[in-house]
Amino acid sequence: MTATPPPAEPVVDAAPPPEPGGSDTRPGSKRDGQSLWRQAFRRMRTSPIAILGAVIVLAFVLVALLAPWLAPYPAQATPGRDLIRPTMIPGPSAEFPLGLDRFGSDVLSQLIWGARASLVIGVVSTLLGLAGGVAVGLLAGAFGGWVDTAVMRFVDLMLAIPSLLLAVSIAAIAGQNNTSIIIAIGVVQIPIFARLLRGSMLAQRKEDYVLAARSLGLTRGTVTMSHVLPNSLGPVIVQATLVLATAVIEAAALSFLGLGGGRPTEAEWGRMLTGAQAELSIAPRLALLPGLCISITALGFTLLGESLREALDPRMRRRR
Amino acid sequence: MSAQDDAVTTPRDDEAPALLQVRDLEVTFTTDAGPVVAVSGVSFDVRAGQTVAIVGESGSGKSTVAAAVLGLLPRNGRVTAGSVTLDGQSLLGLSQRRLQRLRGRVLGLVPQDPMTNLNPTATIGRQLVETLEDTGTASGKEARDRAVELLTEAGIGQAEERIAAYPHQFSGGMRQRALIAIGLSASPELLVADEPTSALDVTVQQVVLDRMEQLTAARGTAVMLITHDLGLAADRASDVLVMYRGELVESGPALTLLREPTHEYTKRLLAAAPSLASRRIEIAKQTGAEDAVEGDDLLARTDGHETGTDEPPLIRVENLRKVFPGARRGLFGREPDVVAVDDVSFDMPRGRTVAIVGESGSGKSTVARMLLHLLEPTSGRVLLEGQEVDARRQADEIAFRRRVQPVFQDPYSSLDPLFTVFRTIEEPLRAHGYGDARTRSQRVYELLDQVALPAAMARRYPAELSGGQRQRVAIARALALQPDVVVCDEAVSALDVIVQSQILHLLADLQERLGLTYLFISHDLAVVRQIADHTCVMEKGRIVEQGPTDVVFDSPEEPYTQRLLAAIPGRSLELSL
Amino acid sequence: MLRLILRRLALLVPTLFGLSVLLFLWVRALPGGPAAALLGERATPEAVAEINRLYGFDRPLHEQYVRYLGQLLQGNFGTSLTTRRPVMEEFTNRFPATVELTIWAILIAVVVGIALGYVAARRHGSLVDNAAVVASLVGVTVPVFFLAFILKFVFAVRLGWFPSTGRQSNDIDATHYTNLYVLDGILTGEWDAAWDAVLHLVLPALALASIPLAIIARMTRSSVIEVQSSDYVRTAVAKGLRPPRVRNRVLLRNALLPVATTIGLQVGLLLSGAVLTETVFSYPGIGGFLATAISSADYPVLQGFILLIALVYALVNLAVDISYGIIDPRLRTR
Repeated sequence: MTATPPPAEPVVDAAPPPEPGGSDTRPGSKRDGQSLWRQAFRRMRTSPIAILGAVIVLAFVLVALLAPWLAPYPAQATPGRDLIRPTMIPGPSAEFPLGLDRFGSDVLSQLIWGARASLVIGVVSTLLGLAGGVAVGLLAGAFGGWVDTAVMRFVDLMLAIPSLLLAVSIAAIAGQNNTSIIIAIGVVQIPIFARLLRGSMLAQRKEDYVLAARSLGLTRGTVTMSHVLPNSLGPVIVQATLVLATAVIEAAALSFLGLGGGRPTEAEWGRMLTGAQAELSIAPRLALLPGLCISITALGFTLLGESLREALDPRMRRRR
Repeated sequence: MSAQDDAVTTPRDDEAPALLQVRDLEVTFTTDAGPVVAVSGVSFDVRAGQTVAIVGESGSGKSTVAAAVLGLLPRNGRVTAGSVTLDGQSLLGLSQRRLQRLRGRVLGLVPQDPMTNLNPTATIGRQLVETLEDTGTASGKEARDRAVELLTEAGIGQAEERIAAYPHQFSGGMRQRALIAIGLSASPELLVADEPTSALDVTVQQVVLDRMEQLTAARGTAVMLITHDLGLAADRASDVLVMYRGELVESGPALTLLREPTHEYTKRLLAAAPSLASRRIEIAKQTGAEDAVEGDDLLARTDGHETGTDEPPLIRVENLRKVFPGARRGLFGREPDVVAVDDVSFDMPRGRTVAIVGESGSGKSTVARMLLHLLEPTSGRVLLEGQEVDARRQADEIAFRRRVQPVFQDPYSSLDPLFTVFRTIEEPLRAHGYGDARTRSQRVYELLDQVALPAAMARRYPAELSGGQRQRVAIARALALQPDVVVCDEAVSALDVIVQSQILHLLADLQERLGLTYLFISHDLAVVRQIADHTCVMEKGRIVEQGPTDVVFDSPEEPYTQRLLAAIPGRSLELSL
Repeated sequence: MLRLILRRLALLVPTLFGLSVLLFLWVRALPGGPAAALLGERATPEAVAEINRLYGFDRPLHEQYVRYLGQLLQGNFGTSLTTRRPVMEEFTNRFPATVELTIWAILIAVVVGIALGYVAARRHGSLVDNAAVVASLVGVTVPVFFLAFILKFVFAVRLGWFPSTGRQSNDIDATHYTNLYVLDGILTGEWDAAWDAVLHLVLPALALASIPLAIIARMTRSSVIEVQSSDYVRTAVAKGLRPPRVRNRVLLRNALLPVATTIGLQVGLLLSGAVLTETVFSYPGIGGFLATAISSADYPVLQGFILLIALVYALVNLAVDISYGIIDPRLRTR
């Protein structure tokens, strides 16, 4: 280990290329007219972590969308029903590439159809959390004062309960069905999004461009909607990407805890993993495969979200 | 002072052997875009006990030179050519262990920003004692006593007690003194002072620099002073090196360089440096050669002093007062209220520039915000053409906004990063229902032209502009609605000197052409000297002195104003016009 | 300092009060209402009416709430529907097991997480660093119970290195004082019992530690990277400090401050992670009990558990804030 911790980045003065001292004009470049978001995406294109994340996510989405064409057997079909014995579940074969499960379903088909279920759960619950969180955060961030205090107290209260338990409690109210899982996971995210957006808005509000906009005679609402909000969305969008990962994991955890109802043969990764516990010693692949699917999908969204966060980091922005 | 005497008495032929020899130094940074040469072909000497200043704008490579000499280049930078020798020993390629033994004892550093350069979790005393111990200067009880001594020398009173304080309990000036004490604690032969006072208020700046000069003179320490201010460099150093875009463009004894600059860039820098410009104005006034500086250095109008006419002021500020409630403490308690602005009154005649100068915390920006109706005054009022503006009536407010516009300090934060230049300038036009899309677009290009930006800039985002360009965009936006009054809140403070001078000229030019009235808020007296017709000096929320700029600068009555003026670097330089 | 502690404790009151209101409303929002919740599957209309009258569920809401709050204040969390024993009793029996597991998990997460984050940061941009970043991201994205499955399958079922379930082997007869088995074993000198308890704890503690470990590693990494490029570290080097002093007194001390807060935030995560981990390893703690309560809709247990966790969570964060105030002079001396 080196003795001196050298600064990771050059100090401002040394940051090449040098600012054009004196001339106050910069030759036009190819990058003219690129918005912050486009610059962020350009940075992401060069990051191996972002590319890996994007590839995983893309593959997942494609499989989910094309499930009816990709899956060898229809959802919930049990083509190998007659091959199952209490002590033996047939492994991979030509007919069933990843083997059968204890109901005689084709595991490959189940996994493909499961991608579809996960995509629906992930996207819908994230949208729910995002919409609710933005609404609540906007309420607090835009009005301030006692509205802000009241809303944030409530948000803090919700955040004092670990998210899994909160989801369990909500699912208990919403009843034993698939929608209740989506609602539970989505609602749990509302306070998180709300707090994030509000914090971000408070930070933006201190910037001079907000003062400048107010000086132009724009109303409070216009300033909020056209300046403060768009500039505050960065961290929220990063969070949404990460929540897509969380949603897939939490859905699995909820069905592991026996919530969400549905038939045991239904193609859903969490349910497949839960059901496989009993056959862990005779067919470990039944747990391994859906578990890997969950992990890899979640990893894809997380890699994407983290690299987006890095690309949008204001400290990187100023350095151009 | 001593440094200048040196310059006069010591001839250039170096009979004294150089302490530090830098030859053909080249520093290269590895970046995503490939290797970038930040400094090249830099050669200079520093003799024992001598003070040499390196002057340049941001990005000129002056701090990189300092870092290379100290062996503190960031990880992606390295010396790719040339040599650095100290006392005949090469500093390049030394192992970290060898370097560590030289640091403190031979090579000292006084860093730039006192706010970020002290360890926040250790006491000031601890940070001195550990330096003394690790450089083998003193240890145990002796180190502690020495630390107290050093702090006292650096001008920190009650050092006995203060030694137990943490950095956050010190003001900026005190922190910088502590850093000077640390830098000098092992009596290095060469002290590198990297913009040691640019983060401090002017009056503090001067005291701190004086103290540093005293201490280094007493120890016979050579100083390499890095600064962006040519006036300050000439004040403090016997020799000055000017850097531009990584190269040394000119060097020589301070006064020779100021009087007979040879390089084009040095000339531009000389013309732009506000401290020198204000000194030239002073000399011109004394010698009656005012015409020589008008238009270049002196941007305020020289005709018909002050309110020559009986015309009522465009804006009258009456007894403004702002009290901020103290921070909450405990469940019910509060800190005492803070009076930010107290009984401030002044008039702004049409077409003139009124400046408010003051140090940080003087309340000058609070006045600006109240005048802009961005902040409600606790009491007092702002009259526009004799009318009070009722901010609660929307029609009144909109009418007011059309006529009074701001330009803020930080060009990085005053533009919405998601808006293109075009949208930024068009926004006020759209908001106030100015014409149709075509007329608005025409007006935007007209405004870009007025602030001397090419039309192609319209498509760009703020992140793609330089600091000066952003400030031009901010000015164009402020002018979009054809206001009468523009409030410039430290509008040029964040810019490099040459760009600063360009923006000042632009502002003066626009005032001339459009008959604008400016309220110019600044901490920099030299700049105010150049641009203001009327100057108000603020201290601790109050205006302590105000009057025509000439009067305030030539015969200041208040001791505070006198102190401020004395603190402008380059006050005693004999410049040619 | 004392004022700070008292103020924070005072702030705890409205939080718990709000939580009790939420939980009270929650039980009433359950499908079938509180009576059905109490009766579970045996909820005939007659029984529901009977319960409603008996427990006063037909009274006005505010009256019910006052009564409910009174019970809570007396430590009465109701009766478990599955075991028919007071919820409080079930908790006190199982709590030490979970505390022991959680402490081990925190220890693993803190030690390994900080070490990993530190090493990665010191080689910022290197292969080691990238590997550590990806590893920590994987740590967050592998579901806890899936990791528990794998650990159990590989190290307990296949390799047989560790026991796969429980807290203690059947053939061990140990004396218990604190009900923290490892500690008990050490206190009584029953080394085999202590070792047996450690073996039982390794796998569940590893599974439980995975997420907090990953989070702490990432936090440490970014904090060390930030501090090591800070001006004051550069100045510490420039003034001639010896490398160990730069590393320990300047770099680490400053970089670990924000990590301390993160550790406090992990407690909530650990407690809910315990629900999943304990289930997989049939570990007789509060989490496994709760998992059963969830699947059998045992609402009094769930309700009590949420209150308990919120309280523990709040107290731990209070402790973290206070210790933070002690380590960080900027907060201590104002």
